[in-house]
Amino acid sequence: MDRGNRHYGHVLRVAGLFLFGFVAFVIVRQVLVPPDFNLDGYGFFRAGALDEIAARPIAYAGQATCVECHSDVQDTRAKGAHAPLHCEACHGALAKHADDPENVKPATLNPRRLCLTCHAKMAGKYDGFPQVEAKEHAGDDACTSCHNPHHPMDGMGG
Amino acid sequence: MDQNRRNFLAQTGKFIMLTGAAAVAWDSILAGTPERASNYKLTDHWWAMTIDVDRCIGSGNCVRACKQENDVLNEPGNFRTWVERYQVRTDDPDHPVVDSPNGGYDGFEPITNLAEGTKVFFVPKMCNHCAHSPCTQVCPVGATFESPDGVVLVDKKRCLGCRYCVQACPYGCRFIDPRTNTVDKCNLCYHRITRGLTTACTEVCPTGARRLADLKDPNDPVHEFLRTHKVHVLKPQMATGSKCYYNGLDGSVR
Amino acid sequence: MHGVEGYIYPNEVELQWSVLIVLYPFLTGLVAGAFILASLERVFNVKAVRPTYRLALLTALAFLLVAPLPLQMHLGHPERSFEMYLTPHRESAMAMFGFVYLWYLMAVLVLEIWFDFRKDLVRTWKESGGLKKKFYGLLSLWSDDVSPEALRLDDRLGRILTIVGIPSAFLLHGYVGFIFGSVKANPWWSTPLMPVVFLFSAIVSGIALVLLLYMALCRIRKVAIDMACVDTIASYLFYAFLVDFSLEMLDLVHRLYEADESLKALDFMVHTRLFVSQIVLQIVVGTLVPIGLLALTQVVRLREPIRRGMYVSAGLLTLLGIFAMRWNVVIGGQLFSKSFLGYTTYKMGFATREGLLPALVIMVLPFVFLAVLLRIFPTWPGEREEAHAGATEAARA
Repeated sequence: MDRGNRHYGHVLRVAGLFLFGFVAFVIVRQVLVPPDFNLDGYGFFRAGALDEIAARPIAYAGQATCVECHSDVQDTRAKGAHAPLHCEACHGALAKHADDPENVKPATLNPRRLCLTCHAKMAGKYDGFPQVEAKEHAGDDACTSCHNPHHPMDGMGG
Repeated sequence: MDQNRRNFLAQTGKFIMLTGAAAVAWDSILAGTPERASNYKLTDHWWAMTIDVDRCIGSGNCVRACKQENDVLNEPGNFRTWVERYQVRTDDPDHPVVDSPNGGYDGFEPITNLAEGTKVFFVPKMCNHCAHSPCTQVCPVGATFESPDGVVLVDKKRCLGCRYCVQACPYGCRFIDPRTNTVDKCNLCYHRITRGLTTACTEVCPTGARRLADLKDPNDPVHEFLRTHKVHVLKPQMATGSKCYYNGLDGSVR
Repeated sequence: MHGVEGYIYPNEVELQWSVLIVLYPFLTGLVAGAFILASLERVFNVKAVRPTYRLALLTALAFLLVAPLPLQMHLGHPERSFEMYLTPHRESAMAMFGFVYLWYLMAVLVLEIWFDFRKDLVRTWKESGGLKKKFYGLLSLWSDDVSPEALRLDDRLGRILTIVGIPSAFLLHGYVGFIFGSVKANPWWSTPLMPVVFLFSAIVSGIALVLLLYMALCRIRKVAIDMACVDTIASYLFYAFLVDFSLEMLDLVHRLYEADESLKALDFMVHTRLFVSQIVLQIVVGTLVPIGLLALTQVVRLREPIRRGMYVSAGLLTLLGIFAMRWNVVIGGQLFSKSFLGYTTYKMGFATREGLLPALVIMVLPFVFLAVLLRIFPTWPGEREEAHAGATEAARA
């Protein structure tokens, strides 16, 4: 810059404008960034999101809840091939029923559709998994006419 | 007004203002501190998933349960989890035939004309909750992130819907929820696991092929599982730190 | 499934980034390229291209102002886009790009334009009345110092800004390339060459645009085209194109040679769905033909009208080719599944939020902005002096 050049007033003005913009940005940022953003021990996110996500109501009650009332069914199931399954794998989402057992009843299940979801004969299932060709195995009968779903092989020698 | 009184008033005024400001600031600090579900401590957990391909029978229970539990649209392109069926001809392993009809939501139809010597198996897919997640790396605003307990989550209030994370995920597990125009994906049923329940997919899996795992829990069966099975993650060359451990993952699986 | 071949992941049924995201690198590329051309005169003293200096700057500004529009229209929540400035994730190229854009727009382009046009703005302020006077007063920031010292200062600052602006322009468009090039999940995008290829194709497209605009505006103003200027620009276009083409071919040949898994899918893509846009449009029509035309003008002495015709053709084909390149990267990179087992198609809507109609409007808008800027800022060398001299002449008579 020329020594003694006093003609930089316009440069100061535009610099001032930029400075003002910068300061305004800093202030706006202070106001708008959520206070729980990027907290120690959390990470670069809004910590409140964890609570919001965790606050969702559940749809599946979980086996432990079912057993609180239906321990007798659990005793039966524990003896059979379906022991590893959880109740809602077949009975669907039942948290609402668990909350209000009198008024909210589980849906009636259709054995042909439900049982064949797993047990229809199909390539890709592991060796030893029980699968049947439905028509051959039972004609048009419902699976439950012979099988107790809570103890499927009960009375069948297995 | 004499000097002393003026000073006193000035000092008092300053004190009141500063205390007021401090109080407001303190409130805002407190307000931001999230409450944990009473006895759930983030640092006690490091969530993962084990998937046993040898046990999956393609029932589709997981896909249905996930949509029910998490209110996911039953529309194409809206899958937090899905099941793929592979048909691998042993003489042409580089070209598997793969299908996933509606993500496996309605199960699978039997294969017609299955060629002799074809290997068929089912592979459930989901968010891998990567420890070095490429999707959280690219999010411009910190709307998707890895929680301290190892779950990759989406903050729907901050997501811009730019879709950069969808591009960055190597596993195709993210999508845009058309109802909110934000990104959605498997969040490991965070609302369940923080309350001591298991994920919806684990709850309904008929064969135990899918199992939630807590790597920080010394009693979790995952440790024995990892020790006794030959496990693999998807696309290990991408070094994503995937925490979905597959047993029986065939080399043809993409 | 309609339009799908082989297996794609269930969530890949729709493309995530549409034609609007093709437009964005195209527009910012034009900005970077136009600026580089302007800097040729200012920093490297290539006097021949002086007639296009101010035009190039205003073109860059017009296109840069429109550039965020396709992004805003694409976002699921455009009202939240400001979050990128509030809580920018430092690991995200996209977030950092927000600041690169802001820097380039404000600290480089706007400032440089202001310093360069200032004396004319002040003169218009002093010579006009009413609303126009107020407007130009504002633009001058109410400083009327146009003394030789002040103008010397302006010139020096403008020069510094241009010098700073060159790497900034590199950063502006290189970053866009990095946004794609750093995505390891997508092998069509993931390469360290991506920022470099983007940058050079940007330079090529920007130069071609300014060339075309200059020739068109000369026609509109019924002024003779400065052939020395245009010949120089064309030669720069030619050399930039050679570099750009080499880089793109290097990328392609490298992929074909290494032939890793991703190429098994990609090779197919090039041969089937992308064949028209990649081989025909981008490489042949959009690159080889303009390079050929320009090469001809470099080695053979041709008459002026023929040269002009070749420059216009080459310029238009270049813009087409660079647009095709953006398309092939953005759309092409999404046509194959990340499973490498299948492909899908891009279904572009028309009057939808991310459809063809908004894309066309966005393409036209920068020219509208430019027309406005050309009215506000006196662009042509000698224009203001002529007008002023003419007014004085008339007053004296």
